[in-house]
Amino acid sequence: MATLEILGKTLELDKDGHLANPNDWNEATAREIATREGIGELTDQHWVVIHFMRNVNQLEGAPPSIRRITKESGADTKSLYQLFPNGPARKAAKIAGLPKPNSCV
Amino acid sequence: MPENKTRQPVERVSIVVSRGSLEGVYPGLIMANGARMEGIEASLFFTFFGLDAIAKKRVDRLKVATVGNPGMHMPTLLGALPGMSAFATFMMKKEIGKLDIPPIREFLEIIHDAGGEIYGCKASVDMFHLKKEDFLPQVDDIITVGEFYEKSAGAQIIFT
Repeated sequence: MATLEILGKTLELDKDGHLANPNDWNEATAREIATREGIGELTDQHWVVIHFMRNVNQLEGAPPSIRRITKESGADTKSLYQLFPNGPARKAAKIAGLPKPNSCV
Repeated sequence: MPENKTRQPVERVSIVVSRGSLEGVYPGLIMANGARMEGIEASLFFTFFGLDAIAKKRVDRLKVATVGNPGMHMPTLLGALPGMSAFATFMMKKEIGKLDIPPIREFLEIIHDAGGEIYGCKASVDMFHLKKEDFLPQVDDIITVGEFYEKSAGAQIIFT
């Protein structure tokens, strides 16, 4: 099992390199993952998306699709791609400490 | 085959949509959108009847082909009955909606907003006597096949 050394802790990763346990996540961890992913400083808009994804995951046991994020979180398609360039599907979920979304849209 | 050849990730795709039925258009759009979601550059090139998917007057009227479509598991004569295509179209739209896949018009807006490029084929546009104004605002340009290949430099070309 791959692990991630982050902020003095060793966290387990899943096969896609995302946190294996969403409960290992906190906002400081998110900031650190974002830096490593080349996203830089997380803005309020980033946090809206991240918290939306975590809420959906907590309620439904799976992260939302991109389409659902753009319909319900308040970030539209254009801004989502600006917030998480080069693959918003994976990037946002990774920073949110969630598995890769299992959806084609 | 050279030994130890490492697999390179896909970085660009150019997807040709040549058919105008609902089941002919969706796969290309799902692949283009899926590419953008993964950070892969994507462009769509609509040619022949595929042009219907980007034509203002046609995009909301695409139908499932119930004749000459073995995937329907339906005898050809049955598929030819009046209303059969409309019914199959209704069913497919319903199932696609359940998967949270948007209608074609909205899907093209999403792909455009996601940075995907959308082109129409000049030869087909001329053949159907259409003009740039007949197409959705998301269409970046009407281009020749030569320009399509130019724009596809370094891309995987996928024909649907």
